[in-house]
Amino acid sequence: MDRFYFDHNATTPVSAEVLAAYTEALRELCGNASSIHAFGQQARQRLEEARGRIARLVGAEAKQVVFTSGGTEANNLAVLGVVRASRRGRRHVITTEIEHPAVLASCAALEREGVDVTYLPVNGAGLVDPDEVRRALRPETVLISVMHANNEIGVIQPIEEIAGIARQADVVFHSDGVQAAGRLALDGVGGCVDLYAISGHKFHAPKGIGALMLRGSVAIEPLMYGGHQERDRRPGTVNVPAAVAMGVAAEAAVRDLESEQARLAGLRDRLESMILDRIPGTGVNGGGAPRLANTTNIYFDGVNAEALLIALDLKGFAVSTGSACSSGAVEPSHVLTALGLSRDRARASLRFSLGRANTVEQVEALVEALVEAVAHLRRLSPVAVHV
Amino acid sequence: MSDELIAVAMSGGVDSSTVAALLHRQGLRVVGLTMQLWNQRRLPEIAGQGTAGRCCSLDDVYDARAVAAHLGIPYYVVNFEERFELQVVKPFIEEYLAGRTPIPCTLCNNFIKFDEFLELAAGVGARRIATGHYARIRKDPETGRYQLLKGIDEWKDQSYFLFGLTQEQLARTLFPLGGYSKAQVRALARQFGLPVAEKGESQEICFVPNGDYAAFIEAYFREQGLDPPRARGEIVTREGTVLGEHEGVHRFTVGQRKGLGVAVGEPLYVIATEPASRRVVVGRANELLRERLEALEVNWVSIAGLEAPRRAEVRIRHKHIAAPATLYPTGEPTRVEVVFDEPQRAVTPGQAAVFYEGEVVLGGGWIA
Repeated sequence: MDRFYFDHNATTPVSAEVLAAYTEALRELCGNASSIHAFGQQARQRLEEARGRIARLVGAEAKQVVFTSGGTEANNLAVLGVVRASRRGRRHVITTEIEHPAVLASCAALEREGVDVTYLPVNGAGLVDPDEVRRALRPETVLISVMHANNEIGVIQPIEEIAGIARQADVVFHSDGVQAAGRLALDGVGGCVDLYAISGHKFHAPKGIGALMLRGSVAIEPLMYGGHQERDRRPGTVNVPAAVAMGVAAEAAVRDLESEQARLAGLRDRLESMILDRIPGTGVNGGGAPRLANTTNIYFDGVNAEALLIALDLKGFAVSTGSACSSGAVEPSHVLTALGLSRDRARASLRFSLGRANTVEQVEALVEALVEAVAHLRRLSPVAVHV
Repeated sequence: MSDELIAVAMSGGVDSSTVAALLHRQGLRVVGLTMQLWNQRRLPEIAGQGTAGRCCSLDDVYDARAVAAHLGIPYYVVNFEERFELQVVKPFIEEYLAGRTPIPCTLCNNFIKFDEFLELAAGVGARRIATGHYARIRKDPETGRYQLLKGIDEWKDQSYFLFGLTQEQLARTLFPLGGYSKAQVRALARQFGLPVAEKGESQEICFVPNGDYAAFIEAYFREQGLDPPRARGEIVTREGTVLGEHEGVHRFTVGQRKGLGVAVGEPLYVIATEPASRRVVVGRANELLRERLEALEVNWVSIAGLEAPRRAEVRIRHKHIAAPATLYPTGEPTRVEVVFDEPQRAVTPGQAAVFYEGEVVLGGGWIA
């Protein structure tokens, strides 16, 4: 059976050029980048080259880039690190209801430590209102964390504007850029945000490597202890081959950005219009705001999305519902309910996230499979679908 | 290879894993599905030591996934938590609070496994499902009716929990283990090299740790922010003599002897609970005997209905040795009067009365 992958917001395959760089680095760079000798220096040099490439991706300076194990660690380090480093007696954090669990669960951990957290709502399109950020500010606010692009619906937040509010209030601003990296031009990011988290495997680097862009003026408490790597902010021997691979992937992302995103936007629009034309009782979640070119989230009224996902996978089409619990079962999405969707509609929604290998033919085959599977599911449990 | 897809309900235990292996070996297309029913991280105060043997622990999902990988079949976890809480856990609690002794496994079979799960399976393309129950299904060639039969392993037989199945459900269900003994199933699991071949048995009520249902109910009330149902009440004899106090009727079930905290010369048993007056009525062993019962919401499985009095053997709890009785129709088709030849001990409201004719399940209902 042919298998087609429409889940690039979960992860992306390693590209050929990244694989070549990765294997070369694994083979050639045997030193520990912290070692004083020539082996170490060689690894260190390649690590710093990679750091420079990551810095260029996000418009920052190389010394502002801290390598981590991935996006989750980068977000944890940002949120927990900034708040725990603050010496104030009362501390307050502003974030949103639609953040990734890496940020939400970090905030929940801070709440257990006595920190106040404000979770801002979003409008029906999934956008945060910057005025709400301004209104939520308190004298004790130490961090604002608003994601750049949402993983489930792709909506892009006005982070430049929110960064301006944070700067004016002298509050540290962090943004989760995991889904934005490789999909949006980020050269302006370094100039406006204080911290920015990215993850390599979302743009064709291997799993297990990510980075936090961190302005030098921001005090941060490390999550782990044990070594002086990454300027005392992230101990542990750096995974140099993965960092090298991520550097190559970052450069490729910058190079290919415009043409690839335009191509994906065309495919995504085609997918959306075909579904909306051919399947009644469907609609785009969060369609009324600027979105990532590769992402769409669609409801199929009267259909259990969990069953639809499995039915599609059994036909060879990999899609997602956005969030899963620890056992791997599907949970009603907190993002979709934050948009104001009913639980029923949230449960009837699927995420399609396109990427490099997807073609027009694949999209057309996906739509055929969807038409058939949705009709089958609706026949089994006929719920009135108003068209 | 048949083109039909069969969905196997996989719990991660030996039985359902062996079902998946058996069907796969027969050349059938199989998809493994694990129902996530209850979040074991809830109610941490009663969690005790680990979650082994309880439903939906991450270890069980891990095991089910490992079996599916071993067989090379597609596998998914499906979320039934909300439905399970609504259709099984809440009624389970309400029954106890109403002075009855519920059977959550039957509720789960009737409303989850053979209803919503069956529908989900159909949705993913599997018209029929298979489970690891020890019971058999046979189509009566004369009437065309599907019949439910005991599993051949008398000790493992689970037909008691399946009396609520409809003809449509039976037509779409496979019980591949009904013809095997548990020992044979374990031998098969070993022969197939299943990673769960040596795994222990699961416990009786999968979401209640250590069988302490009263602690579960009280913890659930605290979690929901409700006042605990520990309304104190009196322990009385049938004549009304007060013998002591108790911490809530939900802690007692008919036939129970332990935990009464009253010391009298001869052993006393709970013979009834009265939620309205919060009284627990106790008496001597012979006061537990009943020669008749009324079965409600009766479902006829292997026969179309009851026209005239009919002899049957009736089980009033799991592991009860079916007792000879006569079934009498009443005016209502779903209500049956059962009169035993010999009085039976501890006829417990809320449990099921299941009617057998030899190995065949005629039907069953809930004890009033």
